[in-house]
Amino acid sequence: MGRYLIRRVLISIVSLIAISMIIYTILYLAPGDPLGALATNPNVPPEVRQRIREQWGLDDPLYVQYFKWAQAYFIHFDWGQSLTSKVPVRDYVLNRVPVTISLFGTAYLLGLLIAVPVGVISAIRQYSIFDQVATTFSFIGFSIPTFFSGLLLIIIFSVQLNWLPFVYDSTATGWTLIKQSIMPIVVIALFTSAQLTRFVRASMLETINQDYVRTARAKGLKEGSVIVLHAMRNAMIPVVTVVALQLPGVVGGAVITEQIFRVPGIGRALIDGILSKDVPVVMAITFGLAVLIVVFNIIADILYALLDPRIKYS
Amino acid sequence: MAQDAQKTAIAGAPADAGPSPLARQSDARLKLDQARVRPQRSLWSNAWRQFRRHKLAMAGLVVFCAFILITAIGPFVYGRPVNSPFEYDTSVSPSLDHLMGTDSMGQDLLARILYGGRISLAVGLVAASVAILIGTLVGAIAGFFGGFADGILMRLTDLFLALPSLPLLLLITFLFGQSMRNFGDRVFGSTTVGIFLLIVIVIGGLAWMQTARLVRASFLSVKEKEFVEAARSIGASQGSLIFKQILPNVLSPIIVAATLEVGAAIITESSLSFLGLGFPSDVPTWGRMLFEAKDYIQMSPHEALIPGAMIFLTVLAINYMGDGLRDALDPRKSN
Repeated sequence: MGRYLIRRVLISIVSLIAISMIIYTILYLAPGDPLGALATNPNVPPEVRQRIREQWGLDDPLYVQYFKWAQAYFIHFDWGQSLTSKVPVRDYVLNRVPVTISLFGTAYLLGLLIAVPVGVISAIRQYSIFDQVATTFSFIGFSIPTFFSGLLLIIIFSVQLNWLPFVYDSTATGWTLIKQSIMPIVVIALFTSAQLTRFVRASMLETINQDYVRTARAKGLKEGSVIVLHAMRNAMIPVVTVVALQLPGVVGGAVITEQIFRVPGIGRALIDGILSKDVPVVMAITFGLAVLIVVFNIIADILYALLDPRIKYS
Repeated sequence: MAQDAQKTAIAGAPADAGPSPLARQSDARLKLDQARVRPQRSLWSNAWRQFRRHKLAMAGLVVFCAFILITAIGPFVYGRPVNSPFEYDTSVSPSLDHLMGTDSMGQDLLARILYGGRISLAVGLVAASVAILIGTLVGAIAGFFGGFADGILMRLTDLFLALPSLPLLLLITFLFGQSMRNFGDRVFGSTTVGIFLLIVIVIGGLAWMQTARLVRASFLSVKEKEFVEAARSIGASQGSLIFKQILPNVLSPIIVAATLEVGAAIITESSLSFLGLGFPSDVPTWGRMLFEAKDYIQMSPHEALIPGAMIFLTVLAINYMGDGLRDALDPRKSN
């Protein structure tokens, strides 16, 4: 396990470096002058422009520029300044994180709390009315894109019923904060619970027909203890790893939901950054997500080995 | 690799190795007996029989084909202009005159739905083809040749899996949108073609990884089978082994993955356009229409509801089709 982990971490570091190269190259190849307005401003004499170019190293070959950037980025943790809001990128991005985490963390947790019991009951009572309704709902749930379910909720609860506000106010507290958080949370919770219900059900169906479960029943255990202590314990192993693998994706998926409800979170910062060509912000968020994905991949592997003694890494 | 199995399980396709050789032999004998009694059914007609039994999958197939037909023919038949601001009254609710109403710009919504649906569906189909093509090629080469090629290609697949795909999609379409529009205009005489190419290539280029893993796993198990060895022993070339012998035997999971990928690609394109970063406003894909409708939700909710419902219905139909195909093509379930 130890050696496996070390190898895994080393491979991950290499792939993160490769990812940073890919993102950097995409930004480098993008059309348009990095000097922006300065390049076309007729009041700036060519010599000055040339001096700035040299100062910024804009005429160096791609790999030299990349190494300079990487040195600043990874060794000095200098992530640069946001071009639009003129504050350090680190502060700008980290300020946005709490909203996203609190909102979508709650949503994911809620989705999980719905998915596990529904999926388990669906599996125990396979082909029952409950199972059919749950399966249909979960099918609808993950076929409905979040941008549509979000707009649907707004039309029903904000426009028609006028119960909930649909513009998120970051300064709100107390009851208003709860009210404005309901719709974004519901959108994400519905989607994740739909996805996870299917997965929990499938995993549970696989376990429930195994011999050891029959043995547990045969030796006279109560049905509840057979299901919860024997079957679920094994059926939840793949679910735990899937949850670990999905979590970084939740942050990525927040982009759309934050845009619909105008939540000033990390996804919103990404869109604003892209639209205003704020390269340092876009770079930090995209690369940050890549780090999350890689880290959670390793966590999923470790969890799998910890929970399932049959899995041995070498 | 526990995780491989894990990810295959998420993708939902069976990763089993097919019936054992012994079972296949007795199966063949059984089929020989049956052949005397009634005409033999091929794998595909058998799958079709299975598929037809899955009512919702059949409904999905009918809806999906209907949408393709309607959007293909509709714009010619309907004949109302697609891009003509203030041709009609703005934000009219659905009525006999305007079956789907008009949008906030005074354009007939049905005309835009028909024309835009063509693009939405085409993006889904082409982007999924790109993804499946790359995935199959990478998976087949990695699985068939193994060794060094396998190592390199699977590292590449892992690398792509670690890329944050939605941010990258947004970034690339935003940064290169204008130059691809110019490129399309220069080469094909249409800016739409340029942006279409960009979007399908980027969506497909970031969605092939699961297919590659699936195909590789299937290739690894099928290439050890006796019939492949037999083909090799009579001097079949490597190309013929890959494409004529092994590939037809691993088609089932590819077909299921391809179907589901069409739905996923439609959602991805709609997300891009919904964020205002996909197609421009003169190409009213369903996602783009939602983007334009979302600011007028109080005055004319139908403007958002209709394109949203179209995306939802299409994706639902495709997902049910995929579900039915998975059941129909699963060798463990066929009779």
